[in-house]
Amino acid sequence: MSHSFEYRGKDDRGKCELSLTVNGKPATVRVFPMERLLDVLRGELGLTGTKEGCGEGECGSCSVLMNGELVNSCLIPALQAADTNLTTIEGLAEGPQLSALQAAFLECGGAQCGICTPGMILASCHLLNKKPEPSLEDIREGLSGNLCRCTGYMQIFEAVVQALRRRAIA
Amino acid sequence: MRSDPADYELIAPGNLQAVVSLLADEPGQWLPIAGGTDVMVQYAAGKLPARKLISIWNLPELRAIEISPEEIRIGAGCSYTELREHNVIAQEFPLLASAARWTGGIANQNRGTLGGNIVNASPAADSLPALLVYEAELILVSRRGERRVPYVDFHTDYKKMKLGPEELIRAICLGRRFSNYLHYARKVGARDAQAISKVCVAALGRLRGGVTGSVIDDVRIALGSVAPVPLRLTEVERIAKGKPVEPELVQWTRKMTSAAIQPIDDIRSTARYRSVVAGNLVAEFLQQLRGSGKTV
Repeated sequence: MSHSFEYRGKDDRGKCELSLTVNGKPATVRVFPMERLLDVLRGELGLTGTKEGCGEGECGSCSVLMNGELVNSCLIPALQAADTNLTTIEGLAEGPQLSALQAAFLECGGAQCGICTPGMILASCHLLNKKPEPSLEDIREGLSGNLCRCTGYMQIFEAVVQALRRRAIA
Repeated sequence: MRSDPADYELIAPGNLQAVVSLLADEPGQWLPIAGGTDVMVQYAAGKLPARKLISIWNLPELRAIEISPEEIRIGAGCSYTELREHNVIAQEFPLLASAARWTGGIANQNRGTLGGNIVNASPAADSLPALLVYEAELILVSRRGERRVPYVDFHTDYKKMKLGPEELIRAICLGRRFSNYLHYARKVGARDAQAISKVCVAALGRLRGGVTGSVIDDVRIALGSVAPVPLRLTEVERIAKGKPVEPELVQWTRKMTSAAIQPIDDIRSTARYRSVVAGNLVAEFLQQLRGSGKTV
């Protein structure tokens, strides 16, 4: 065959070695190129904060930031995440100190069963990075790809507003 | 049944030349995957027939948006987010910007691409009626070179299109000639985000006869989710042109629209609902056009 796009260290089962930066730390994993990023994070890296909801890009539970962009990790093949910079829910707190968004979700009742919460917080994070002073309409749109079956959403929107208020004071 | 990743091959050559070269050498063997918002869903459900995939995500040759005085050329690999955030698209092609805003949620807009939306060929795709009324042209690329084709007859039947197994969509071209038109778009779905349309419409119109003119000078209407392919209502357009926007015309157009489409009953809606709503949307468009002051 005239074409050869071998992966680094591809083994005879077809697994390859990929490098990623996860929550600021370099990581190397040996995975199938079509393995879902969601499974790489949870299975290979033990970062089980990222949740699987629907597994088809509808619910946003598995949202993470990839090079700063919000993505559904269930729809990303591992190979497309090679050499990217990822942020998961585990990367937001500094030691025991919760991020402003995490604290606000706790205070406002923005988390109930908790399955949607990591994705909600990362979607909120992405929104505030892009639009530091969002309107309520911006917040609703920014979180519209993340489904919650517990809260009815109002406490979640309130949590984002609370985090904004906190930041304005700080 | 979920797919086993061990059964699949995925490669990422990283440049367009290498991709089209492989597609030419092994036509039909490799499925291109961009942001994965459709392909990975099929994969998750165990319904992806292809076993060999080639990544075209982030190929620089497919990401550019080029502006000339006559047209805008949108790289097929541009994401919905890029379409939404682009000034010229927002100002001159608002129907495309609206469609981008309605597609999925933010995460899917960051990954879904316009080229991917075209080749996925869903009759419910929100961006395709906009491409129809703007009379988009597609630049297709293969190892032999490029060819430019009108989008209007690119989709020939449900999920069928005039794209060779060795070809990719490289860019989507829109002529910059709609500044004095009324741009009308509506999506009817269960909710704005993450809901596939029951009916969607994109329309352009322009009147003549001075600022108070009400005679239709030009009109283009396209609908999604009402036929096996996105549909432009050319017959309705032809007859409406040159007529004043009067209640009789609106009423007649509503009926003609319902007659021109072939909606079906499915999980999202019914044929009857779609037929009535499609007629209502076209009527609403004409009523807005009447008072719009958009004249030649």
